[in-house]
Amino acid sequence: MPSFVIAEKCDGCKGQDKTACMYICPNDLMFLDMEKMKAYNRDPSMCWECQCCVKICPQQAMDVRGYSDFIPLGASCVPLRGSEDIMWTVKFRDGSLKRFKFPIRTTEEGSADPLGGFATHDDLNSQALATEPESLGLDAVPTV
Amino acid sequence: MANFETVEVSTDLLILGGGFSACGVATEAAYWAKKNGLKVTLVDKAALDRSGAVAMGLSAINQYIGIKDGENTCEDYVRYVRQDLMGISREDLVYNIARHVDSTVHLFEKWGLKIWTDEEGKYVHEGRWQLMINGESYKIIIAEAAKNAIADAGGEIFERVFIVEPLLDGNKCVGAVGFSTREEKIYVFKAKATVATMGGAVHVFRPRSVGEGFGRSWYPPFNTGSSAYFTIKAGAEMTCQEVRFIPVRFKDAYGPVGAWFLLFKSRAISAEGGEYMVVRKEELNNWAPYGLAKPIPANLRNYLGMLDVDAGLGPLYMETAEAINKIADEYKDDPKGYKKKMKELESEAWEDFLDMTISQAHLWAALNVKPEEKHSEIAACEPYFIGSHSGASGAWVSGPEDMDTPYKWGYVNMCTVDGLFAAGDASGASSHKFSSGSHAEGRIVGKAAIKYIVEKGEEPTLDAAKVDEIKAKILAPLDRHQEFCNETTDPDINPNYLLWRQFMDRLQKIMDEYAGGVTAAFKTSKANLERAMELFVYLKEDSEKLAATDIYSLERVWENIHRMWQGEAHVRTMLFREETRWPGYYFRADTPKMDEENWHCFANCRYDPATGEWEMSKKDVWNIPGV
Repeated sequence: MPSFVIAEKCDGCKGQDKTACMYICPNDLMFLDMEKMKAYNRDPSMCWECQCCVKICPQQAMDVRGYSDFIPLGASCVPLRGSEDIMWTVKFRDGSLKRFKFPIRTTEEGSADPLGGFATHDDLNSQALATEPESLGLDAVPTV
Repeated sequence: MANFETVEVSTDLLILGGGFSACGVATEAAYWAKKNGLKVTLVDKAALDRSGAVAMGLSAINQYIGIKDGENTCEDYVRYVRQDLMGISREDLVYNIARHVDSTVHLFEKWGLKIWTDEEGKYVHEGRWQLMINGESYKIIIAEAAKNAIADAGGEIFERVFIVEPLLDGNKCVGAVGFSTREEKIYVFKAKATVATMGGAVHVFRPRSVGEGFGRSWYPPFNTGSSAYFTIKAGAEMTCQEVRFIPVRFKDAYGPVGAWFLLFKSRAISAEGGEYMVVRKEELNNWAPYGLAKPIPANLRNYLGMLDVDAGLGPLYMETAEAINKIADEYKDDPKGYKKKMKELESEAWEDFLDMTISQAHLWAALNVKPEEKHSEIAACEPYFIGSHSGASGAWVSGPEDMDTPYKWGYVNMCTVDGLFAAGDASGASSHKFSSGSHAEGRIVGKAAIKYIVEKGEEPTLDAAKVDEIKAKILAPLDRHQEFCNETTDPDINPNYLLWRQFMDRLQKIMDEYAGGVTAAFKTSKANLERAMELFVYLKEDSEKLAATDIYSLERVWENIHRMWQGEAHVRTMLFREETRWPGYYFRADTPKMDEENWHCFANCRYDPATGEWEMSKKDVWNIPGV
């Protein structure tokens, strides 16, 4: 069933017109049932299992049940994504667990300066892009 | 006609797509647009934070030259790509991306991407060109810079708008038409220049998993051939439409093998234990000079494994246990060191999966895989269309202005259609650009497109009748469903129409069985391809009988029409190229050998929007002098 929604936990993002999972799904699969106020994956066979919905759900109401074609039941990979890192809990079918924590970014969310603080120039005709050559760490853009 | 509101948007630069190349275009174009008082508009069918091929994340940057530290030169990269693509690449484009890609990577680092560094502060390499990263939020970071750039320049971003058709004024692209996937709205974008960056194509071929696992393609299922469709329908010349890409990955979940091959130095073997790269080494002579040079092209590595599978020697395995035991041997007098090393490698191997193919971690957990005890199966995926890795399909674009090539007719990366640019998976014959190179190519286009607008930009003229015709065509599947759905007790089975999944199944059946998909063991022939073309006639006619129940199905309908055009360009070009040059991607059984004398060239095609005819042509390969 790829990504699925835990009925008890989903609050339909409190009646807003779109839920977090609907907002983020790269394949437009998450859908809000307005009557039940619960979201669901409307076409599991088009799901990439990217877990973007799982990571963004404010209620932690989403998980993935591996593709029935080839993933035996009983395992899970559960992310907990913070502002600096992500924690993964990998549960094996035999019950054993592995936990991993990986950094996700080195800067504060929202702070990316498109020019990266590199020197810029005004020459629309040169081969140098806005921040080059400084962002290359060279004196000039290479040429053949 | 379905009653959709029409929203008209006028802009100077129109960026179609939201992935890495689109973000590169936006980031660079915004800088030059602001200086010249121009407007930049980006249209994404999903949410910019998690759209495109890197939506899930990525565990490595696969193109970094290392020019400033003297690690490699751009010329080295050109040689690498030439060799991997069996001699056929646009060296001017490859060089151009290579000379800008390092600055892209340096920007990524400034924006907040965690690139691994050693004690001396130098980047940690996975391979010669590959850098290790913690890339779970790779796309979010790159999208953030693009969003900030567009906001700073007073531009606009439209999310959840799916672009269907180009708007043309003769041989000039003047914008695009699409629809909202959230509201009943048609969008008409008028632009002085347009950039196609809507990714490659997946699910043109039938995947190995046809049940719930249908969506677990290696490249994402939301890459639906929209770039190819848009550029083909605009009348742009296309190149390398025969050069599909097939990666070998861990079987079924398609998890990355890079860490196992490069970090653990694992071997790949058949079920009988033979290492196919060694056992079948002689075969490489048949593909000289490329088969005899290093690194051996990816398609030939695939091919040797496929020969084992064809001979009944499968499954193929990645020898994980052997590789780990070898490492253990190295540390046999240092158990503490071994434990530390293994912990490090284990974490790296799992992050490789969790960053970019979570399903693979899930599959290993579900199968209780302990890689130190038992090997794991690998297999060739189904074919994909992608402008990176060793795929090469895309639009034929103008080369950089400062290089003396036969490929110059306009601004760099401009298609043969005026005002239409392409980057990333949308531009052809510039393989191995990956995430960083696609972004760099996007930046190149961002500057070039603004230069085009400043020097040549004209107020676009739209043919109102043509716009109305396109709008009606886009919405027709909704009308068709409404008109006929009550004629049968089950609206899904109706003699008046097809639904998108039914149509997609038919496209995939043709491609898989006749055009060298998985069930045909990646083999095809003139007769098979001609049969595919015969069946395409019916498929194309029936594409005008597609029906959609709602906006979601309308999106899927158009994605699949886009896929069909990618499929047709592919079949036509495989038919045109009368040789086998990339065994391991496809094998033309009636022309089983490589023919350097007649086919050391690009195979291009062009659809003429005025006549509906296709034209095929050969184009010379230009090598950078002295490289």
